[in-house]
Amino acid sequence: MLDVIGVGSVEDLFAHLPEAVRLKQPLDLPAGISEYEVVEYFSARAAENATGYSCFLGAGAYNHFRPVLVDTVVSRGEFLTSYTPYQAEISQGTLTTIFEFQTMICQLTGMDVANASMYDGSTAMAEAAMMAVRATGRGRVLVARSVHPEYRAVLRTYSENQGMPVEEFGYVAEAGTIDLEDLDRKMDDLTAAVIVQSPNFFGIVDQLPAAAEIAHGRGALLIVVFTEAVSLGILRPSAEADIVAGELQSFAIAPSYGGPYAGVIATRDKYVRQMPGRLVGQTVDTRGNRAFCLTLATREQHIRREKATSNICTNQALLALMASVFMTVYGKQGLRELAEQNLAKAHYLSGQLRPRFCGKFFNEFVVKAAGRTPDEINKALLKKKIIGGLPLGRFYPELADSMLLCATEMSRRPDMDVVAEAFQ
Amino acid sequence: MYPENFRYTKEHEWVRVEGDIGTIGITDHAQQELGDIVYADLPKPGTSVAQGATAGSVESVKAVSDIYAPVSGQVTEINPVLADAPEKLNEDPHGEAWLMKIKLSAPAEIGKLLSAAEYQKYIEAEK
Amino acid sequence: MTPRVQPHISLHEPLLFERSSPGKVAYQLPDLDVPAVNAGEALGTENVRKEIEGFPEVSEVEALRHYTRLSTWNYAIDYGMYPLGSCTMKYNPRVNEVVARLDGLSWAHPYQPEALAQGSMEIMARLEAALAEITGMDAVTLQPAAGAQGELTAILMMRALLAKRGNPRKKILIPDSAHGTNPASAHIAGYAVENIQSSETGVLDVGALERIVDEDVAALMVTNPNTLGVFEENILRAADILHAKGALLYMDGANMNALMGIARPGDFGVDALHLNLHKTFSTPHGGGGPGAGPVAVKKVLEPFLPLPRLKRSGKKWAYDYKRKYSVGRVRAFYGNFGVLVRALAYILANGGPGLRKVTTDAVLNANYVRKRLEPFYDLPYSSPSMHEVVFSDERQAKQGVHTGDIAKRLIDYGFHPYTVSFPLIVHGALMIEPTETETKHELDRFTDAMISIAKEVETDPQMVKNAPYGTRTSRVDEVAAARKPVLRWKPA
Repeated sequence: MLDVIGVGSVEDLFAHLPEAVRLKQPLDLPAGISEYEVVEYFSARAAENATGYSCFLGAGAYNHFRPVLVDTVVSRGEFLTSYTPYQAEISQGTLTTIFEFQTMICQLTGMDVANASMYDGSTAMAEAAMMAVRATGRGRVLVARSVHPEYRAVLRTYSENQGMPVEEFGYVAEAGTIDLEDLDRKMDDLTAAVIVQSPNFFGIVDQLPAAAEIAHGRGALLIVVFTEAVSLGILRPSAEADIVAGELQSFAIAPSYGGPYAGVIATRDKYVRQMPGRLVGQTVDTRGNRAFCLTLATREQHIRREKATSNICTNQALLALMASVFMTVYGKQGLRELAEQNLAKAHYLSGQLRPRFCGKFFNEFVVKAAGRTPDEINKALLKKKIIGGLPLGRFYPELADSMLLCATEMSRRPDMDVVAEAFQ
Repeated sequence: MYPENFRYTKEHEWVRVEGDIGTIGITDHAQQELGDIVYADLPKPGTSVAQGATAGSVESVKAVSDIYAPVSGQVTEINPVLADAPEKLNEDPHGEAWLMKIKLSAPAEIGKLLSAAEYQKYIEAEK
Repeated sequence: MTPRVQPHISLHEPLLFERSSPGKVAYQLPDLDVPAVNAGEALGTENVRKEIEGFPEVSEVEALRHYTRLSTWNYAIDYGMYPLGSCTMKYNPRVNEVVARLDGLSWAHPYQPEALAQGSMEIMARLEAALAEITGMDAVTLQPAAGAQGELTAILMMRALLAKRGNPRKKILIPDSAHGTNPASAHIAGYAVENIQSSETGVLDVGALERIVDEDVAALMVTNPNTLGVFEENILRAADILHAKGALLYMDGANMNALMGIARPGDFGVDALHLNLHKTFSTPHGGGGPGAGPVAVKKVLEPFLPLPRLKRSGKKWAYDYKRKYSVGRVRAFYGNFGVLVRALAYILANGGPGLRKVTTDAVLNANYVRKRLEPFYDLPYSSPSMHEVVFSDERQAKQGVHTGDIAKRLIDYGFHPYTVSFPLIVHGALMIEPTETETKHELDRFTDAMISIAKEVETDPQMVKNAPYGTRTSRVDEVAAARKPVLRWKPA
């Protein structure tokens, strides 16, 4: 090969680099190791994490069974090692699955159109806000404090340099739902969107129709956020939402210490050209056969550059495929039954405790650690190989005496009994 | 090819003035350059536009081309045909596929635009 | 005769919704060990949904066959080469899939107590250190989910630094050869974008740079090697020009595959850069994602890194949220952890010497391809190529055949197309990056195919224009898809 190129050695190929930039010593990294040693290294790290614990954490990442078929499908090289489907003729597999994904998200959320994924729920929410600003021509956004705290932090980071003021409105102390009076007070004609999460961070089904009335009454859009996708198996999708921004990690995406996950944005037909992210559309080939392709690409960065609806390029395609397989395996009946199991488990646990809020909840709820601190309760539970709920003090100082507990179809009755006991 | 009663811009828009209303479109040269047109993004009626400033855009599958207002004024009407049939911009850019109507705020601006003959010469030189 | 693909048996498979039948199920759930709860009572009847209309109802075997059949309609790295420029489509090692799925790592909850997450934290710390060493930078954040998000994060950090110094400034300079995410990211960070033209040798025009850098310029975003695959020989000078005016140098690290063990951005004046783990560091593309876009910075930018940061607390790792100057969070939790695991596995497997060999093999392969194709395709810039080479379709355009057509015909030879029509500074560009994964055998197969196509263009251009012929679908109507978007299935 060197002969063909016409050089004496591979080093000659770098000779043209300026002397000043050339590395004079090797990288300070150990020599490479074999496949077995790689597995050994990571197995050791895995052992340093929790193993064999029952976990009652939710708060934006959920423990759900992962049907075996999910990894079977996504491990196929044709899905795992393929590229973005820009060349439609040799990507019909990926394009078809994305089209089905978009469809299923619409069916679940009641929206008209869904994109092919965002990085996660938090950035989906930030991008939804930016979308509402574009669609309404207004600059300001109102977000509920009962929206996931890290999602609100991300929104702040994204909005800071775009002249998009973000203001928060509170929640009602007894019910744990949004404070409609506070929202109404803060609402004005400059507001592009009102953002509400349901079930909210406290697990509670929130007041979407009432929020919609206030938002729409002043010409703003309602953005509805979800972090627990399984809730869509049983909760009525919001008919009032203009944009839905959500996290699909519950759909067979392993918790994996926080990522990669899959966000998604779904909306009404009229806002489709304001959507960020890839979209797959149906068309025909030259023989008249149905085919799929990426479409409405003029919204995106590779064409519109600084005027694009977003800077997103690489998305979370493989995770969206995991979610698709999950939705296929559970199907119409299964997703409902799964949601019912979650409801049953969480209400069994809450029945032995006193939830702090009286609002109706799905599979998460807040409990006060009367007499002790949440940390103390969790410490005791750890000794029984149980990871307890999330102490809320780090996000809500007024709830420092409480923790957020989550029970899913994976939670076992004996473990829930131990948790309940720890609060006595 | 290029109607005598239109005036043209170097950005390949045309305007036909009747009284104080200017009807605006893109030229045949523009639609050829763009290829198959898939969408026209037009300003809402009531919007004010300034001569030379962007007033919407026209899209093909792989490219976006800004529309520059040939004259200043207020948009009174946008062509309803284009929402469902953007391909008309390829088929009949000087007729059925007009983009919008503008109530002129400075009719003297027309003087700065090219005549059909001047525009024809301009695009020939561009080649 | 240069081998071409055979159409393979590709079963027609309808959409899930078209093969659904009421009552079919594929799922299993254990029985409840607690009492069932009435949904209407628990949630309020007004909150309970009706059935999910149209949702799939198929059996397990139907589900598996559905996805398996669809998968056979895809090309993939496992099948053959993707010569896509700047995408670095290298082999995705399977051991990485195994380690990412270890229970202790894949079931770790992001909020589990730090004492029970030391393994994950060690992995992230180790990866940060390795990336810092590879790039010659001082600190790394693993939070950004992709390259574009890395760009945004870095620009936000640079803005914060400049603001702290008294003036965040107004614009960012971006070469006309840059990837579209660069200006898009700059815009989200609140900066205006000013294009800077390349010189006639295709590299950064430092004369032009000197003229336009002033106190309104926050930074220059440069890709090195650039999108022509050429090393920016004036980068040190560019860095000096920028720093003299208090501006910063950002590097898009998409082309890092050309530099590992050879040169380090930290040594040539870069203040911040992002890396694409799904390019240089072998994590799989998965049909469009996930990726990860870590950002590496010089000390001066360290205070502004997204929070939390990992810090050593005695013998353990802990999170530091007390970062006064941090730009905040760019996403929930810590990063695309599963992707980070795969990247670290790749780095450990290769080691220092191995990574250098990755780079030298990648550059060797690209130059071999260039030499083989030079007699047949126009080379607009004669500068030395690193890991990728850009041709133009100038010769073939004389027969009315363009880069897009050649790309489609390449499919008939069993390859994925190269990058078409990018970078924008080359008219009719063919951007080819073979990566170090490909053997000489495969490169010969590829170049033979390209040479065969060049000959076909001379003798039968129309045939090339109507390619591909061996695929499941022929060319699709993208115009109709955009004019009348149909973005979901609906029942008849």
